[in-house]
Amino acid sequence: MSYCQVNKSLTRVDAYAKVTGQAKFGADLTFPDMLYGKVLRSKYPHARIKGINPEKALEYPGVEAVLTAKDIPNNLFGVIIHNQQVLAERETYYIGDGIAVVAARTREAAEQARELIEVEYEELPGIYRLEEARDEPVKPVHPEMADNQVAHHTLRKGDVKLGFAEAEIILEREYSTQLIEHAYLEPEAVIAVPAQHSTLLTIYGSVQNPYATRRAVAGVLQVPLAQIKVIQDHLGGSFGGKDENVSAMAARAALLALKTGKAVKMVNDRVESMLESYKRHPYQMKYKVGASKEGKILAMEIKAEADSGAYACQTPFVTWRSVVQATGPYEIPHVKTDTYGFYTNNVYTGAMRGYGSPQVIFAQESLLDELARELKIDPVELRLQNIYHNNSITASGQRLDNHQVSLKEVLERALTASEYKAKYREYSQRQPGEKKRGIGLAISYRGCSLGAEAIDAAAANIAILNDGSITLSCGLAENGQGLKTIFSQIAAEILGVDPERINYLPVDTSAVPDSGATVASRSTMVGGNAVKNAAEKLKKTFADFVAREYETTGAELVFRDEQIYNGPGKAVTSFSEAAAAAFYQGVLLNATGWYLSPDISWDEETGSGNPYFTYVYGCQIAEVEVDIGTGEISVLRITAAHDVGRAINPAGVRGQIYGGVMMGLGYGLMEEVETEDGYISNTNFDDYLIPTIKDLPEIIPIIVENPDPNGPFGAKSIGEPTLELAGAAIANAVCQATGKRIRSLPLNLERVLIGSSLRKGGRSK
Amino acid sequence: MEKVKVRLTVNGNSFCLEVGAKERLLDTLREQLRLTGVKEGCSIGECGACTVILNGEAVNSCLVLTGQLDQSEVVTVEGLAQDGRLEPLQQAFIDHHAVQCGFCTPGMLMSAKALLMKDPHPGREQIKTALEGNLCRCTGYQQIIEAIESLTGPERE
Repeated sequence: MSYCQVNKSLTRVDAYAKVTGQAKFGADLTFPDMLYGKVLRSKYPHARIKGINPEKALEYPGVEAVLTAKDIPNNLFGVIIHNQQVLAERETYYIGDGIAVVAARTREAAEQARELIEVEYEELPGIYRLEEARDEPVKPVHPEMADNQVAHHTLRKGDVKLGFAEAEIILEREYSTQLIEHAYLEPEAVIAVPAQHSTLLTIYGSVQNPYATRRAVAGVLQVPLAQIKVIQDHLGGSFGGKDENVSAMAARAALLALKTGKAVKMVNDRVESMLESYKRHPYQMKYKVGASKEGKILAMEIKAEADSGAYACQTPFVTWRSVVQATGPYEIPHVKTDTYGFYTNNVYTGAMRGYGSPQVIFAQESLLDELARELKIDPVELRLQNIYHNNSITASGQRLDNHQVSLKEVLERALTASEYKAKYREYSQRQPGEKKRGIGLAISYRGCSLGAEAIDAAAANIAILNDGSITLSCGLAENGQGLKTIFSQIAAEILGVDPERINYLPVDTSAVPDSGATVASRSTMVGGNAVKNAAEKLKKTFADFVAREYETTGAELVFRDEQIYNGPGKAVTSFSEAAAAAFYQGVLLNATGWYLSPDISWDEETGSGNPYFTYVYGCQIAEVEVDIGTGEISVLRITAAHDVGRAINPAGVRGQIYGGVMMGLGYGLMEEVETEDGYISNTNFDDYLIPTIKDLPEIIPIIVENPDPNGPFGAKSIGEPTLELAGAAIANAVCQATGKRIRSLPLNLERVLIGSSLRKGGRSK
Repeated sequence: MEKVKVRLTVNGNSFCLEVGAKERLLDTLREQLRLTGVKEGCSIGECGACTVILNGEAVNSCLVLTGQLDQSEVVTVEGLAQDGRLEPLQQAFIDHHAVQCGFCTPGMLMSAKALLMKDPHPGREQIKTALEGNLCRCTGYQQIIEAIESLTGPERE
């Protein structure tokens, strides 16, 4: 099948607006009489609030309102567990908790007035270490709870006792990963506008999940969903990070807007963003693996514990993805996995690109290399002996029989492109001098979309107007990943038109049905199917009309190149003419597409099921040079092979790979949010380091295409798989170079040089 | 607060502005002149999202006080296209998929433009040095480099 619009690297539909500066992001919007809102945050990670006196702030020139928790109809919200405070009422649970909000005529006045709000605190001891949270349930972070456990998921397959009894070698290892920040370049920004569009409130801004934010704002204000409209257009990066924190911001702006009757803009500066926004969960993991001498893995037992920080946020689902995928893509007859999340008084943790996978992949792929070394088997051979193939049974008991299981293919493509075998041999020889090279790999399988977490459906609207131009909108949000372009390509392909005909509209929660969250690498697959469904419905109506109107017979009409054909070379009419004719004959050329993903299952009792309806497979290989005198690691090259089903836009897929690999490199080598007793010490880009252009190694992207029967044109996922592997691959490469196995991320200078972290506030292991 | 009078040329237009003594060029551009293509990402000169060209040099507009810029010339991303025709760098960013979320894009373009104004044929290392102060979390930088290199010709040895 040859395509006209999909499977092609068309330029982005939003690129022109972005290179000219015309694209308006949240902070760029203004409204008449707009006020500026600012949040007063807690002085202590854990404190009792004994009193708040806003009087001096209210007297400050330009101030129009100061609100606290007592002004909020319903102060608690949350996606899964409703225990997050919009503003702290009796206690603050972490350093980013808001206590009061100010609205003033200028940003400066709001900032000045915020400092005049008097809060009487009683500082309280907090829980900052995961062990303490787990072992001392007498001191729960949330007083109304019996203990600190947010979540516990189990996965059970076979009988690990039996498996370990059969094993000829058993390894037990502990691994840990760090707290990191999304570091989207655009700090959070929201504007709440009252009494616009016949709606109580319209919310604009950097909202990753417009329907979740609508739900949160309506819930906080105790008003119907129909009275809240969220409009989202250009957003400056999210990576999972503009959900609950932005919902809180939207709720605060909404409260101020209702109180004052004016539009209220709230924009975080970077420090505020670093202090308040949720982070990636740090994990502590214990892995035990049993295998035969020949390298067949017989049993694996895993315990992974996550620091949820002050709120539940996404911890129940993050740790659930971990429990499903923690073994990695290996056929193992006996598996016992337990994942946990615990409350502490640290900054809370939530969704971040990868969502519970980068942590367990770091552990599982390090473990596989450790096992290979013990068994004196090549790391690639060990993996090839154990990986999933078509019809394999996963750890959760799912038979992989509805798509191509391409692990071997991605692995072999990456091995060839990276010249792995020759380099592995070369770097296994003695290397003279201070600089040692190594090469290492990591592989993964990843469940596409939400899985058995929640209902998984999305909607799209397409209208063909009477001049033949088209509007398209979907309930999923463009966060930079490129869905406006992908969806335009899919619609254009079905309707046989140039994508230039399509005007892609912003998300408007009042105009498109709730499509769930833009998360879990689900947009291309689930949203793409919704767009395809809408386009196909329209095409059917349109084709029926054309057949009647132009009295065509026989062959099915073909929509291609802006024409409608009745057989090869026989154009019946042009798309535009037919659109005009249809309008004047009263034909409805407007369709809502809907896609509900296939049935999946999870049984919490037995710890098994078919948790995802399909999977993607990836392999990344890192080549490094380590200076053993300084501990400095230079990443020379990363080869990344990913099966995406079908690349709707290959250049876009490569962009996801480059960006994901670099984010993985940051996770592996340099990033860590340093906390000490709940205080965050690195709150801006001068000491929270993310990769710069100077850190860019050679990256070889390899797109593997095995079309999936459930994907639009066979397309699956790419956003998250690209990020989850590099940290593990780099760690394995560093081990080959130095002979040292480092079981904690990041692999900073001290860990490489002396085996432990010296950073104040960093984890010491 | 005391105001300072400043004559500025911004994107070819002359302005006589009254600014506060502590007003940053970033605020003048975004708030007085509504040139919101200039982005604020960190406020301390680390991320480069607010990069503009000031008298021929790429600068972080969050670190410059407008009051000190009398008789200066500023170019922002809005000033790159002329008469609706994109500047070749802008077109190259579109063609090479150098844009994802787009928040760093204006700053990236201005740093790249300042480089090319001085040296139309920089090598890859010079491009990396010129863009070192511009953070991007989406693209991994690769396609940005490819976009710039499409204009600079083969790398000199």
